[in-house]
Amino acid sequence: MDILNNLILGFGVAFSPMHLLYALIGVLLGTLIGVLPGIGPVATIAMLLPITFNLSPVAALIMLAGIYYGAQYGGSTSAILVNLPGESASVVTCLDGYQMARQGRAGPALAIAAIGSFFAGCCATLIIAVAAPPLAEVALKFGPAEYFSLMVLGLVAATVLAHGSLVKAIAMVVLGLLLGLIGTDVNSGVLRFTFGVPELSDGIGFVIVAMGMFGTAEIISNLELKDKREVFTSKVTNLFPTKEDFSRAWAPVLRGTVLGSFLGILPGGGALLSSFGAYTLEKKISKHPEQFGKGAIEGVAGPEAANNAGAQTSFIPMLTLGIPGNAVMALMIGALMIQGIAPGPQVMNEKPQLFWGLIASMWIGNAMLVILNLPLIGMWIKLLTVPYRYLYPSILVFMAIGVFSLSNNPFDVLIMAIFGVLGYFCVKLECEPAPMILGFILGPLMEENLRRAMLLSRGDPFVFVSPSKPISLGFLIASAILLVIVALPAIRKKREEVFVEEPNKT
Amino acid sequence: MKIKSPKDFWAGLMFIGFGLFAAVWAITHYQMGTAVRMGPAYFPVLLGGLLAVLGLIVLFSSFAVEGPPVPAMSFRPLVLISVACVLYGYLMKPLGLVGATAALVFVSALGGHEFKWKEVAILYVILIVFSILVFVKGLTLPFPLWPEAFS
Repeated sequence: MDILNNLILGFGVAFSPMHLLYALIGVLLGTLIGVLPGIGPVATIAMLLPITFNLSPVAALIMLAGIYYGAQYGGSTSAILVNLPGESASVVTCLDGYQMARQGRAGPALAIAAIGSFFAGCCATLIIAVAAPPLAEVALKFGPAEYFSLMVLGLVAATVLAHGSLVKAIAMVVLGLLLGLIGTDVNSGVLRFTFGVPELSDGIGFVIVAMGMFGTAEIISNLELKDKREVFTSKVTNLFPTKEDFSRAWAPVLRGTVLGSFLGILPGGGALLSSFGAYTLEKKISKHPEQFGKGAIEGVAGPEAANNAGAQTSFIPMLTLGIPGNAVMALMIGALMIQGIAPGPQVMNEKPQLFWGLIASMWIGNAMLVILNLPLIGMWIKLLTVPYRYLYPSILVFMAIGVFSLSNNPFDVLIMAIFGVLGYFCVKLECEPAPMILGFILGPLMEENLRRAMLLSRGDPFVFVSPSKPISLGFLIASAILLVIVALPAIRKKREEVFVEEPNKT
Repeated sequence: MKIKSPKDFWAGLMFIGFGLFAAVWAITHYQMGTAVRMGPAYFPVLLGGLLAVLGLIVLFSSFAVEGPPVPAMSFRPLVLISVACVLYGYLMKPLGLVGATAALVFVSALGGHEFKWKEVAILYVILIVFSILVFVKGLTLPFPLWPEAFS
């Protein structure tokens, strides 16, 4: 039993006191930023990346991963109690969770969300353990052409799942790819787009880009809104769901877990898509669709299980292929690179402690989260009463420290501010920053693989679609199909409907 | 022609601008190379061209499809938050962490809806103590604490 041995190895790593501590810090921070609207896991992980340089690779990844799935738990708390999505993936939880709270059933809603998330987290951990090794095996056989096509597929999927105009999302990806080329060209040593600025010769750190686009830009947009946040005042007294709640919720949890695990693996997938998908599914197959939006527990259980499952399985493409499926995974790749580890299928064989330790820590982290979230719920509720005018200067301080500590150079902070302004304009013009970040991190990789593939094929551009490269051909066909599907008028309408429920991020 | 969707209009212009600039700059400054041996300009020109074309599509669609107007920009937070960050970076060396953080907290607080000296001062004290304890003492980041003149 390879998996069993691997998991034992993993738990051995994850149960060391240091790693337990970092898992705890990660899930605590994750819950915190998940509860607080206005700061999400992307900005937080970006903020902490420079600091992880001082940690061991395992500890760094355990902590950062904890932030991501911890945020899914925290996000549901503010969604249920305040009707504000603390995290974008919990937008749909607002719909029924808040209604349940208004009916005095906040406790059961929170409990079902936590239990559903825990169940989904456990399953997703197992899925990663089972699915990752064979995938990595396949990926080891990939040549440059396959990698290039895989990245195309990943980027296409990211644009398909972004909301708003498809063309604009693709344009943002291309813009990101271009920005990723700034710096020294590895093949010729030529400085590209550096305009004589020596600091640009190493390229722009994507931590800086991510913090500008997601951090400062979001703060600026948040400051436009009036700071009004009314915490649901009813006390959360009875946490325990009734028997009826359980009998209504177990099936949605199961379905949410399966759907979320699947959607998480897809490039471009992750927590957000999973929760939307699960809500739609539950509403469609429910015998009482009219109860949805009025406090149906299925509408809490399904999406909450799904977003946690999706958050975790989105690690699979990152860990096995070295390809980030969403912005958080792009940051995880950055964390690996900071540690001097080249992401890719070889990580699993060369660093089994890292790989299996991370997986085992997810299970431990999920267990911690249930404990953190249910008995300590009062503490998180208090946090929600902190006004934004205290929060945003604090967030800025941490971001500035994070960016400055990258290389102790004020120039980095300047670049962050510039990307903040760019990000703000992008928000105003409805151009999604997430696809851009993916493009940014994949830019140099894509160019490298394109060059190698073209060199090997002696300049034949059809190498990517030749029958001798069925995998590459398959990826490109899948990308084309995805694009066509989304461009179809009927689907396009549906896609807009799904995302229309998302209010402006507050 | 009437602009029906201002958001798309400006987004299209932005993409065309970035794309054309990247392509033209790359062509005039770096070597193209061939498809077999791509020079440093090859990929940027490819991408720049693609971006410009996508921008054109967005631009044209802004004349065809109705869309919402660009929401009002609020320049106060935009300017103050950006300036606060930049100040932090460039004041770190001359004024140390204590001074740079003060600039960041106070200037960024001005970008909000209400500004109360006392509140911001308390917030600043909490943040600077936290920063020193966690980042300088705990994580041993090599930041100067105090202004250069003092040490």
